[in-house]
Amino acid sequence: MPILELKDVRKGYGPPGRRSEVLGGINLSIERGEFVSIVGFSGSGKTTLISILAGLIAPDSGSVLLDGKPVVAPGRERAVIFQNYSLLPWMTVYENVALGVDQAFRDWPADRRRAHVEKYVGMVKLSAAMGKKPQELSGGMRQRVAVARALAMDPEILLMDEPLGALDALTRATMQDEIERIWEQDRKTVILITNDVDEGVLLADRIIAMTPGPGATLGPSVTVDLPRPRNRKAINHDPRFKEIRNGVIQFLLQKSSQRRAQAVASAPVPVQ
Amino acid sequence: MKLKNSFRWDVLLLPMVGVAVVFILWAITSATMSKNLPSPLKTWDASRPYIVEPFEKRGELDQGILRFTWYSLVLVAKGYALAILIGTPLGFWLGLSKFFTKAFDPIIQVLRPVSPLAWLPLGLVLFEKSHPAAIFTIAICAMWPTVLNTALGVRAIPQDYLNVAKVLGLSRAKTLFKVLLPATMPYMFTGFRLSLGIAWLVIVAVEMLTGTPGVGGFLWQEYNSLIYEHIILCIGTIGVVGFILDRLMSMVEARFKVA
Repeated sequence: MPILELKDVRKGYGPPGRRSEVLGGINLSIERGEFVSIVGFSGSGKTTLISILAGLIAPDSGSVLLDGKPVVAPGRERAVIFQNYSLLPWMTVYENVALGVDQAFRDWPADRRRAHVEKYVGMVKLSAAMGKKPQELSGGMRQRVAVARALAMDPEILLMDEPLGALDALTRATMQDEIERIWEQDRKTVILITNDVDEGVLLADRIIAMTPGPGATLGPSVTVDLPRPRNRKAINHDPRFKEIRNGVIQFLLQKSSQRRAQAVASAPVPVQ
Repeated sequence: MKLKNSFRWDVLLLPMVGVAVVFILWAITSATMSKNLPSPLKTWDASRPYIVEPFEKRGELDQGILRFTWYSLVLVAKGYALAILIGTPLGFWLGLSKFFTKAFDPIIQVLRPVSPLAWLPLGLVLFEKSHPAAIFTIAICAMWPTVLNTALGVRAIPQDYLNVAKVLGLSRAKTLFKVLLPATMPYMFTGFRLSLGIAWLVIVAVEMLTGTPGVGGFLWQEYNSLIYEHIILCIGTIGVVGFILDRLMSMVEARFKVA
């Protein structure tokens, strides 16, 4: 049984009449332990999709099933890494990570919780910055705090919403390696939403393109059958990597130009 | 060197120029237009015993100026504490609940501009004694900036923080104390500072009407005794104390501003 299953999920915003449909029938099935990337243009409804998976917003129609049960609210088994990290600025690195841990494992003795938090802060290599506030950290470090906070909850599924979007290219590359390294350690189910096709292919077992909104749907799913661990330098010359990447890009561009052609065709003719 | 010079010019000399201008205008006015207005020199002579022995107690309404100030501050502190104790939770409710806002915002907007002079008689009717009536008046006048700013702060909490609280599965109490309260803190302290300013503004009116010993009470009594120099002494004291209170609150407020 898939750990997560979406059937014809639709979501729109706005008042009736001027309503714009963001997600127009999403079907998705994810197996336990899988790393799935969903790539798409900005504004194609990726954040809406992850918010539905997280249980922060409810779909208008369709079903979201987690282990066969419908998702109605956020739950401990799904951790989210937000696009802008969303660290609480008045708390130190340690406190940010401990916030969720103290709540989720409140029946543990205090020293066990403390050790647990320290373990995950260490995992993202921030032990030295444990007492620092977010504004004293670089973008990459903040991102790692967000990763530690999510992983420390010991979730079954990790939902990542463009987690590296705000980083520069070099930091982004190191963080990608870091995410792969951490994932190798405990092989959680991961859904990574990104606008970077290379990133999606490099990290995932399976990559799915999201057609541009409004009314976004998911394209065909492509299995990334490249051996792990993947070396980012060597992989750039791998013919299979190029093939997958070009296939996804082709699909996205084709859908995007179709969309534009439709928009032109349906637009009212201007009166001279 | 040059930089240091211009710095001192800005912070020390310019304010002193301002003070000097006011003193000169005052001296000219008292010498020409208004003979009843005591000159700066006469004011100093008459005020000196109250300033050089600021804690002296010679009689119920004849005490050192800082002793009067202390009485006023104690009364303000009581009313202000009550204002914050009531105003903060009220602000939280207003910020969190649309229903509560719709129900209570209009009546708050109506009560907010009512003068302390109007509340005090009602306080006397309610409590039949001047002391609790004074505290009631200070509290009800000073409360509004705290209420409105706290509500504003709660409404301004970024959705991201609320999402974090939901995703981490925080309990209601934890969400309140670890997320909502710290996120609202900067707004709350702006409210606290404005409230303190109003509380200090109200004290004079309250003391005048109730005859309570304090800076305001002293001011009114000296007016009735025709010792006009002391009115000016009181005005100066009220201004300086208000200024110091505002500076202190600004410092506390700045500590809670998170980048």
